[in-house]
Amino acid sequence: MKSAVIVFPGSNRERDMLNALEKITGTKPIAVWHAETELPKVDLVVLPGGFSYGDYLRTGAIAARAPIMTDVKKKSETGVHVMGVCNGFQILCEAGLLPGILMRNNHLKFVCRQVKLEVTNANTAFTRKYSQGEVWRCPVAHGDGNYFTDADTLARLEGENRVVFRYAEGTNPNGSLNDIAGIINAKGNVMGLMPHPENEIEALNGGTEGRALFESLLEAVA
Amino acid sequence: MIPNDIEITPKLIAEHGLKPDEYQRILDLIGRTPTITELGIFSAMWNEHCSYKSSKKWLRTLPTTGPRVICGPGENAGVVDIDDGQAIIFKMESHNHPSYIEPYQGAATGVGGILRDVFTMGARPIAALNALRFGAPEHPRTRHVVSGVVAGVGGYGNSFGVPTIGGEVNFDESYNGNCLVNAFAAGLADTDKIFYSEAKGVGLPIVYLGSKTGRDGIHGATMASAEFDQDTEEKRPTVQIGDPFSEKLLLEACLELMATGAVIAIQDMGAAGLTCSAVEMGAKGDLGVELNLDMVPCRETGMTAYEMMLSESQERMLMVLDPAKEAEAQAVFRKWHLDFAVIGKTTDDLRFRIFRHGELMADLPIKELGDQAPEYDRPWTATPKPAFLDASDVAAPNDISATLVKILGLPDMASRRWVWEQYDHLIQGNTAIGPGGDAAVIRIGDGPKALAFTLDVSPRYCFADPEEGGKQAVVECWRNLNAVGAEPLAITDNLNFGNPEKPEIMGQFVGCIQGIGAACRALDFPVVSGNVSLYNETNGKGILPTPAIGAVGLLPDISLRTTVAFKATGEAIIVLGETKGHLGQSIYVRDIVGRRNADAPPPVDLAAERHNGEFVRAEIRSRALTAVHDVSDGGLLVALAEMAMAGGIGASVEADTGLSLHAWAFGEDQGRYVVTLPSAGVDAFIDRAAEANVPAYVIGETGGTELTLKGSAPISLASLKSAHEAWFPTYMAGPDLLDA
Repeated sequence: MKSAVIVFPGSNRERDMLNALEKITGTKPIAVWHAETELPKVDLVVLPGGFSYGDYLRTGAIAARAPIMTDVKKKSETGVHVMGVCNGFQILCEAGLLPGILMRNNHLKFVCRQVKLEVTNANTAFTRKYSQGEVWRCPVAHGDGNYFTDADTLARLEGENRVVFRYAEGTNPNGSLNDIAGIINAKGNVMGLMPHPENEIEALNGGTEGRALFESLLEAVA
Repeated sequence: MIPNDIEITPKLIAEHGLKPDEYQRILDLIGRTPTITELGIFSAMWNEHCSYKSSKKWLRTLPTTGPRVICGPGENAGVVDIDDGQAIIFKMESHNHPSYIEPYQGAATGVGGILRDVFTMGARPIAALNALRFGAPEHPRTRHVVSGVVAGVGGYGNSFGVPTIGGEVNFDESYNGNCLVNAFAAGLADTDKIFYSEAKGVGLPIVYLGSKTGRDGIHGATMASAEFDQDTEEKRPTVQIGDPFSEKLLLEACLELMATGAVIAIQDMGAAGLTCSAVEMGAKGDLGVELNLDMVPCRETGMTAYEMMLSESQERMLMVLDPAKEAEAQAVFRKWHLDFAVIGKTTDDLRFRIFRHGELMADLPIKELGDQAPEYDRPWTATPKPAFLDASDVAAPNDISATLVKILGLPDMASRRWVWEQYDHLIQGNTAIGPGGDAAVIRIGDGPKALAFTLDVSPRYCFADPEEGGKQAVVECWRNLNAVGAEPLAITDNLNFGNPEKPEIMGQFVGCIQGIGAACRALDFPVVSGNVSLYNETNGKGILPTPAIGAVGLLPDISLRTTVAFKATGEAIIVLGETKGHLGQSIYVRDIVGRRNADAPPPVDLAAERHNGEFVRAEIRSRALTAVHDVSDGGLLVALAEMAMAGGIGASVEADTGLSLHAWAFGEDQGRYVVTLPSAGVDAFIDRAAEANVPAYVIGETGGTELTLKGSAPISLASLKSAHEAWFPTYMAGPDLLDA
C-alpha cells in the first residue's frame, strides 16, 4: 500500500503517523508539503494530527484551504482513501469532505488520556479487521473534539451507519454528540476520527489495538 | 559623541534596577553619561536574571564535569553523551514572575523559552517536564493561577508537539504572591552536530530569524529581578505573548538550516532579547558586534532603539551565518514563512554598536557587558541547625488507616491527574512511562535505548535545613532514576529563592548550594545547566527556598524499565534501606499534626544513597524485581498505597520493628525503596542485599483488594483511590474567587 501524509505548518503528529504506516504496512509513506498542488500516486492519503496554522481562526479552517487540498478532494472523488486523524478530522470537516464540525471540548480543557472505542461499523475499508461491536483502547489528545452537526445530518449519519467509532463505557472525553469518535463519508473512502490509533501500535504504547485500523486499509486497498 | 535626548536622572537609573554603585561603574567604564539606549542595555545585561551577579560565586563551587559531559553550564543548555554518537541536551528555567502576573502567557512562554534553548543547540525536543509551586489552596488567587499556568504549559507544549511527561505540583502559603513555574526540556542531537553561541570570524553577517519584534516584554528580565508589591498587576505589559505555532515553524526551519551547514553560531532571543543574544555571541567569541536596527523586522511602527533592544518578543533567533550559504539559508526560512534579515555584522574591536536611522545609539565595550558583568559576594548568615524531633514527641493518630486516606487526599499528596491530562504526554509515540511514576521514561528512536527524567525538591526540608534539603533534592532525583532502572547521568538546577540582599536568604542559597554540591560529588552526578531566580518575594516575605533539580538517566534497554505498580498477587514486598521513623518535617507532622516548627528534616547519608541506588539498579537490570518505588513524601505506607493503587492489587504488611506504628508508617527516612519480587527469589535476594551491605526487610506480600497494615483496619483500594483522585478536580471545580 502506497500512502502519503500531508504536512501542514503546525502539524505535529506527522512523524508518529509516518512511523506507524511504515511499521505496519512495510512501505515508507511519502510526506507531502501542503503547498504542493498535486499528490503522488498513492492508495491512501492521511491528514495527521497537530495544530495546523496554530488552530488560529478555527481548528482546521486555514489548512482546509491549503493548495494541496484541491487535489485531495479530487483524488477522493476517484476513490482514493483519505483518513484524517484529530486535526486531520477537523480539516476534513472544514474542507467539506465530511459533514459536521469539531467544537471546543465541553469542559473547555485539552484532554490527553486513554478512552474506549466501540467499532460501530466494521464493514468499512478502515475497520474490516475489527469485529462489529468490538471495544478497544485508544488515546485521545485534543482541545476541540466535540463533534456536532444538525439533527438531519445526524439522523442521516446514524441511518446510513456512517458512525464508525463511538466512545464506549462512559469514556466520551469531550461531549461529542451521540458519543461520536469517528465518521465516514457516504462513498466509504473518507474517514475522520479524533483518537490516535497511530499511538497505539506497539507494546511500548501499552496496547496494539490501533494496528487493526492500518491492517484493514492494507487489506482493503492492496 | 552620541547625543543624549533624554536626561539620565537618579530616578531613571533606579527605575532600571541599577544601584548607585552600579551606575558609577558604568560611568567609570565608558567615561561619559550613557544614552537612554545604553542605560537600557546595561540594565538588561546587569540585572540579576541575566548576570547571576549574586549567585555566580557559589555556582562555581558546583561540580560540572564528568566523563559524559560534553558541555556544562554557560551555553543555552547542558550536553551529555548517551553513547552511539548521540547526546541529550537539557536545561530547566524559571518563568516565575511573569506567570504570577499573567498565568497563561507567563507559563506558555516559559515552556517556549526552554524549548528554544534546547533546539538552538541543534536538538529536537523529546521531553518536557515542569515543577510548579502555588500558594495555599485557600488563597483567593491560587485557583486562578493554577488553572492559567496549567493551561499555558499545555497550550504551548501540546501545540509545539513535545510530550510533557512529568514534574511536580505543590502548594504552600509562601508562594501566595510568587508562584514558581520551572520548565524543563530535553532534546536529542548527534554529538557531532551540536551548535553553540560563540561567534567566529570577523565581518560575518548577523542574521535575525523568526517572528517579528514588538513592544511586548520590554524590561521583562528587570521585572524578574525585583520583588513584587501591591502594584504587581500594573506590570502585566511586561509579560511576553507566546505563539507555539511560530515556535514549531522555527524549530523545523532551524533544524533544516543547520543541516545545510550554514550556521556558524546561534543564540535564541530569550530574556533581554536582542541585547542579550547579540552580546553573548560577541563576548564569547571575543568579537565586536554592530547592529543596524532599521533592518530588524518589526510588527509595530515607530519603535525606538531602546524598545527594540529591550523587547522580549518570543520565537526569535540570532545567527552568524556562512556568507556563502546565505541564499540557501534564506530559502529555508521563506519556506516556513518566517522572517529572515541580515541586521548586522561581527567586528574585531570588541565594541557593541547600535545604529538607528543612521545614528549611533549605543557604543559600549562588549566584554564588560557580558562575561565581565559585576559580581557580588553578598553577606550571608547560615540557617541555624534545627533540632531533631523524636517520634515519641509526636502524637500518634487514633487510626493509622484513616490517616493514610487523609494523607493521600492532601493538596500536596493527591493525584495530579487533573494537571497532566491537560498535557499531551503521548505525542511522538515514545512514552514508555508517563506522568505519575517515579521517573518518566522515553524511548530513543526505535530503541532499545531509553532516557529517564525526573524533577524533585522538598522546599520544607530546605527551609528547615538548607544543606540537608539541598542534598535531599539531588538524592531524590537519584533514587527516582534508579527506581526505573536508569543510570543517573547529570542534573540541571533551577534555584528559586527570595531577596539575596537579606543575609538570611543568602544563607539559604549558600546552604542549598553546598548540599547540592556535596550530593553531586558523592554521586558523580554533575550539574550541566541551570538557572537562578531570586527576589521571589512579595511585600518583603520570601518563598520557601526551592532549588528544583531536574535529572536525566540512561537505560540501555527499554525492556528493563520497572514501574511502581504491583504486578501480581503473592509477591514478596521488601523495603531496602533503614527505616528509623524520622518524623521531623514529614507530611504527617506538617499536615496531620499541624506542626510547622523548625525541626530537622530527615538526614541524608550520601554513601548509603549511592550503594542502595546502585544495588537497586543492578537488580532491575538482572530482571530480579517486578515493581520498584522510592520512598519520599508521606513515608513508607504512602509508597505502598501508591504501588497498590497503580497496580490494582492490594497488600498485607507488618511493621516488624521496635518503632511506633505512625513513625514506621509516615516517617520520611531517606535512602529507601520498596521492591517486589516473586516469593521464590526472596532468599537469594536477601543474600545479595546483605553482600552489598544494603539493609533489606521483608514486610509483607501483595494480594487482595485491600491494603492491610497489621494492627490497623484494612482499607479498600477503592477508598484509597477515591480519596487520592478526588482532591484536585474537586478543588478546581470551585468558584474562581478572583472573578467572583
